[in-house]
Amino acid sequence: MFKILKYSFFDLMRSRWSYVYFAFYLLLGIVLLFLNNDLSKAVITLMNVIIILVPLIGTIFGVMYYYNSKEFTELLLAQPLKRSSIFLGQYLGVAISLSMSLILGLGIPFVFYGLFMSNAIWDFSLLLITGVFLTLIFTALAFNIALSNENKIKGFGYAILLWLFLAVIYDGLFLMSLLFFEDYPLDKLSLIGTVLNPVDLSRTLILLKLDISALLGYTGAIFKQFFGTNFGLIVSISMLSVWVVMPVLRIIFKSKKKDF
Amino acid sequence: MVSVENLHKKFGKNEVLTGLDLEISEGGIFAVLGPNGSGKTTLIKSILGMVIPDKGTISIHGKSIKKDSNYRKQIDYLPQIANFPSNLKVKELIKMIKDLRGNSTNEAELIEMFKLEPFIDKKLGQLSGGTKQKVNILLTFMFDSPLVILDEPTTGLDPIALIRLKNLIKAEKAKGKTLLITSHIMSFVEEISDEIVFLLEGKIYFKGTIPALKAQTSQPDLEHAIANILTENHV
Repeated sequence: MFKILKYSFFDLMRSRWSYVYFAFYLLLGIVLLFLNNDLSKAVITLMNVIIILVPLIGTIFGVMYYYNSKEFTELLLAQPLKRSSIFLGQYLGVAISLSMSLILGLGIPFVFYGLFMSNAIWDFSLLLITGVFLTLIFTALAFNIALSNENKIKGFGYAILLWLFLAVIYDGLFLMSLLFFEDYPLDKLSLIGTVLNPVDLSRTLILLKLDISALLGYTGAIFKQFFGTNFGLIVSISMLSVWVVMPVLRIIFKSKKKDF
Repeated sequence: MVSVENLHKKFGKNEVLTGLDLEISEGGIFAVLGPNGSGKTTLIKSILGMVIPDKGTISIHGKSIKKDSNYRKQIDYLPQIANFPSNLKVKELIKMIKDLRGNSTNEAELIEMFKLEPFIDKKLGQLSGGTKQKVNILLTFMFDSPLVILDEPTTGLDPIALIRLKNLIKAEKAKGKTLLITSHIMSFVEEISDEIVFLLEGKIYFKGTIPALKAQTSQPDLEHAIANILTENHV
């Protein structure tokens, strides 16, 4: 697996898109810091960008990489390698190189701005950790979609729909259902609703840590009320881990049964 | 060497292999023939484990290939369409495959044989179809495995490369290896193969030597013998 991971990673490190992605974060970090002139405020703004953008990039890169490396995969399949190590290697190659772009792109401007001497360092680390989680989750989901769809256009379509659903539509439905059933006790429903969506979950996780949950939406308030900050953190992180593990298991399962 | 029992494979509603049995003994060149869509590539890919059969067993050296990937160390495979990651250089691809499979024996010799030195630093996306096929052949023959599977090896080769390929195949046979070859070029098949396996509608229709096939169909040459089988079966 590690050999495949190595080749996929270096292949991606040579691709122009990794640099575009890296440069984008670099620019975003610098611009936010100079506009806000304050680390904590920049972290909050960044959160809103990361929550939406990281899943999108993870989804698109994942699907694109899978379809583009089809020939390479077929070459590997005829070699004495396990299927699970081929696909897990490629998946980790994509996810790790995307995470690297994110960490370095945002990390460099923040470090130069004096991150290590400020209180925002924990908030910022948590932001990066959630970003990495989201990359792992959405790349894995993208690989699942690509493995199940031979047709590229369909694969791309489903991937975008999945992103749109989890990042935008889900919240809308969630809020509407809360409004619709407002006469009933909704605490448990909203809690479950939040846990089931990794995007909402990440947002909640950061909000709890930033201790501004009361200001920002219903989801955060519910979580705060139910768990208190530390317990909420543990639950959120374990839920995010489940969100990584489930699609990865399906990659292994699906790849074993597929014909090439 | 290779034994296939009662192999079934469906792609959607299309039944490609319907209870195929095949026994391939050690040593010699076996040509797998059949009309388009008769299941040649599916059979080969099943042996390689790239296609998962619906039913039936495949064993190599008496060991079932299910749930095992190491048996592929004993197989060199030349895919039908040579598609490589286009941003890799030829040199890097060779190095990578060597890294994944262990050391090769005769890559320098093969590079020399197919005159590939000028291309070794080029990216694979820049190569012509024929040159890609030569790289493909190089990657297949640079390991010393007892079973060699070639899917349409002659595609895109110029006459000189074709002669070299034939010599290479004969040399491999002389080492006591087993070679499985598919091809639509009958003169090529007639020249190199010891035995023919003819697939029709997902089953083995004929297995035996070329003279036996000619005798059975009472035709003077291989091409007509094959055509005779096909017209008799209304394909």
